[in-house]
Amino acid sequence: MSETPHEKVARLGRLRREGGVLHDYRAPRWDEPFIMEQGLPGERGVLVPLAEDDVTAAVGEAADYIPEGMRRGAAPDLPEMSQYQVLRHYLRYSQMTLGMDLGSDISEGTCTMKYSPKMHEELIRGHKSADVHPWQDEETMQGLLEIVYETGQYLKSISGMDAFTLQPGGGSHAVFTNACVMRRYFEAKGELDQRDEMITTIFSHPCDAATPMVAGFKVITVMPDENGYPDLEAFQAAVSEKTVGCMITNPEDTGIYNPQIDKYVEVLHDAGALAFTDQANANGILGYARARDAGFDACHFNLHKTFSSPHGCEGPATGAYLCTDELARYLPVPMVTRVGDAYHLDYDRPESIGRVRGFLGTWMGVIRAYAWIRNLGPEGLKEVAEISVLNNNYLDNLLMAVKGVSRPYAEGHRRLDQVRYSLEQLKEDTGVGTEALRDRMVDFGIQSFWMSHHPWVVPEPFTPEPCETYSKDDLDEWAAVIKKGSDEAYADAQFVLDSPHAQPIDQLRRIEAMEDPKEWAFTWRAYKKKILRRT
Amino acid sequence: MVRGALEGAAVKKLGLVVNPVAGVGGRVGLKGSDGPEVLRRALELGAVRDAPRRARLALERLARVREHIEIITWPVEMGEDEARAAGFEPSVLGSFSDRRSYVLCEAERTGGERPHIACEDFVQTTAADTEQAAHELLDAGVDLILFAGGDGTARNICDAVGQRVPVIGVPAGVKIHSAVYATTPAAAGDVAALFLHERPAAVRLREGEVMDIDEEAFRENRVSANLYGYLSVPYARGLTQSAKAGGVAGEERALNDVATEVIRDMSPGALYILGPGTTTRTIMTRLGLDKTLLGVDAVRDGALVGKDVTEGDLLRLLETHFEAHVVVTVIGGQGHILGRGNQQISPAVIRRVGTAGIIVIATQTKLLSLEGRPLLVDSGDPALDAELRGYAKVVTGLGERTMYKVGV
Repeated sequence: MSETPHEKVARLGRLRREGGVLHDYRAPRWDEPFIMEQGLPGERGVLVPLAEDDVTAAVGEAADYIPEGMRRGAAPDLPEMSQYQVLRHYLRYSQMTLGMDLGSDISEGTCTMKYSPKMHEELIRGHKSADVHPWQDEETMQGLLEIVYETGQYLKSISGMDAFTLQPGGGSHAVFTNACVMRRYFEAKGELDQRDEMITTIFSHPCDAATPMVAGFKVITVMPDENGYPDLEAFQAAVSEKTVGCMITNPEDTGIYNPQIDKYVEVLHDAGALAFTDQANANGILGYARARDAGFDACHFNLHKTFSSPHGCEGPATGAYLCTDELARYLPVPMVTRVGDAYHLDYDRPESIGRVRGFLGTWMGVIRAYAWIRNLGPEGLKEVAEISVLNNNYLDNLLMAVKGVSRPYAEGHRRLDQVRYSLEQLKEDTGVGTEALRDRMVDFGIQSFWMSHHPWVVPEPFTPEPCETYSKDDLDEWAAVIKKGSDEAYADAQFVLDSPHAQPIDQLRRIEAMEDPKEWAFTWRAYKKKILRRT
Repeated sequence: MVRGALEGAAVKKLGLVVNPVAGVGGRVGLKGSDGPEVLRRALELGAVRDAPRRARLALERLARVREHIEIITWPVEMGEDEARAAGFEPSVLGSFSDRRSYVLCEAERTGGERPHIACEDFVQTTAADTEQAAHELLDAGVDLILFAGGDGTARNICDAVGQRVPVIGVPAGVKIHSAVYATTPAAAGDVAALFLHERPAAVRLREGEVMDIDEEAFRENRVSANLYGYLSVPYARGLTQSAKAGGVAGEERALNDVATEVIRDMSPGALYILGPGTTTRTIMTRLGLDKTLLGVDAVRDGALVGKDVTEGDLLRLLETHFEAHVVVTVIGGQGHILGRGNQQISPAVIRRVGTAGIIVIATQTKLLSLEGRPLLVDSGDPALDAELRGYAKVVTGLGERTMYKVGV
């Protein structure tokens, strides 16, 4: 039988890949100095023409328009370079990173790194969106308001909630918005003096503990039981007349979905408390499980990641916060509303917690989410969940066959969108732990994996998330890289411990300096002061 | 580009002490190996001496930094043999050339009869050797002592060197209640390699409790444990018990946060009974007071009202205080909060304070190091222990509590 096109691609791929990995990958190594160390005095990228004499005569010197007290005493210490040098410098830097469209981002578990169609960028950068000004009258930006409003309606359907805001500038910001809404709710009920404890779980995202603390609450953390679910008995023991509510993730970063989540919500409601679920890990439940159906009063989504905006790389993110009618009165202003065919910015909400971000929040994320949802439709969203769960379980089969890899908790239960694995055995057998293996995998052109949030409950953790974007070949390659690293560790641990070998930057030997304010330097000025002065 | 500077160019000295008979009692169910009678019984029952093998597992991990460390040790099985087996050329202090074998010594001790042991005969060593070895290693200026043994060995080393030099234990004894061991032999080798050469700055020294368990009582299924002292123990992320995660600086901050939280919640006029431990000591330090490291202190309104108190002192103090709290933390490597090293806080004291008055404190790192095992209470009063079972709201930070299971 003749070879199909797919088989041909696979065969050629195998020729280039030994054992399924790109064994002779070499990252560009430019040894590029900092831009502040480059250039020559007087060198310029752009020569700005001087104003004509009659212009200066008419309006005066430009500097005169700056108030005396705001003028610089001396010129800023900027590098003096030509255009091509600047361009070359930044291109070299960009070549020395594993760009998100260059390889697979299966490594970045909990981040749901999916491909965002480039068409979305056209929608954002077109003049209809890019030229909108925050101070424009609402009548002149009806299209943008419609997109925000409609996206809110879709998210209400997906979560089962009654009301929305897309103002928060990220997932944690939406979670913080929840803490503020809950605080305002109990303030209105006159119970704030009595209730000051928020409950979370150790496998929930760190913002579920951090943001209620910023909102003034104490936080009680519940540990997992032997199945990996939050210990229900402990949860019950934690709930009292002091409880504000819970802020918990489901599925947690272990990938384990808690099927009894409604019981936890019931315990809270019986005590007069509220329940919020962090849905940063929603990719595996889209169209299958709705927060409202489990009894939750509020939830959030990350429009970046789950709804296609790239994670972090292209400006601020968008956190969608959704809640029941009972909590809606406390949502941030302005609310985007519709009356007849017209859309409005409603500021007349006296019980609101106030603004959480300027204008409409990061509306670029909203446009991408809108386009993505419209393209997929309800069935498409369900398919996203199905493929991401299928991908994850396929990858799981491959990884569990790798020596030294284990999957703590809930033996025999399938995970949804991601898995938190442990390399404890590999570390015990060879000395190669999760940090060493992640330094090695970049030698094959694969992004280093996300280990875990802190604290490490699972020892030597790593957390891949092969969302619906990735093909079977991508999954095979990723698993082959982990297997290669494990094989190498058992054969020659030192080689792995010394990695990376094919990257522009060697191992960071003093990573602990990142925790020491006396050592770290995030700006040129700090670098000069702390590092250069010392040497 | 900024690259990490190479570190630790100078050769560091590692002191090595192996207690070759550590752990023999455990294999045959004797709950300890202290004393010649127990050792003989164990060996006659067919016990295998496993500590040297465990020491070797640790040393094999150090082979990767062989050029950067010099091993100084004691003769034959007390370190020399293991070091050579792992490919090192150790400097050996002292000599065992005049020593006799175990079988001969034992025959003399008991007046003639030779023991019938399953393993090969070996050079007789004792606790005094461990102590002397540790002394001499200290004098030789070692940067770290790595020992293989159990709580008895840890006690001997504690007597000899105190906190004057860092010490890391390879768990090889029957009793490993002390908090001075790495989780596994290999992990002990890894933390030593990090500390001596690879990433010294990633390793922090903390005070690890040395527990003193009464073996006789232990054999009768009673545990009577005192807090014997502290060793200075290096730990790094994930390698030493009680240090599973979190940065070095983070752990110090967490300790301070826990102390600040307890102080912030203190009621005026109430008595606070602070059990032993470094976590409770942080509270005293923040109050500007000296803590009795191995004992119990009492404070009220930020002032000391009882130093190194006994159970009797506590009961007398409680007569004049309407509101009282007991602040305890995890003592030792097994997760005990009551009944180990803090017996002064007796059932009578706890009854008087009330179980609601018990404040359990620990950093989250310390809780995670228990790997899911419950906190333990062994107050001596089974009825009280049963009441304490359930969940404790452990103070783990500023405004932070963790629900943690308490068992008996």
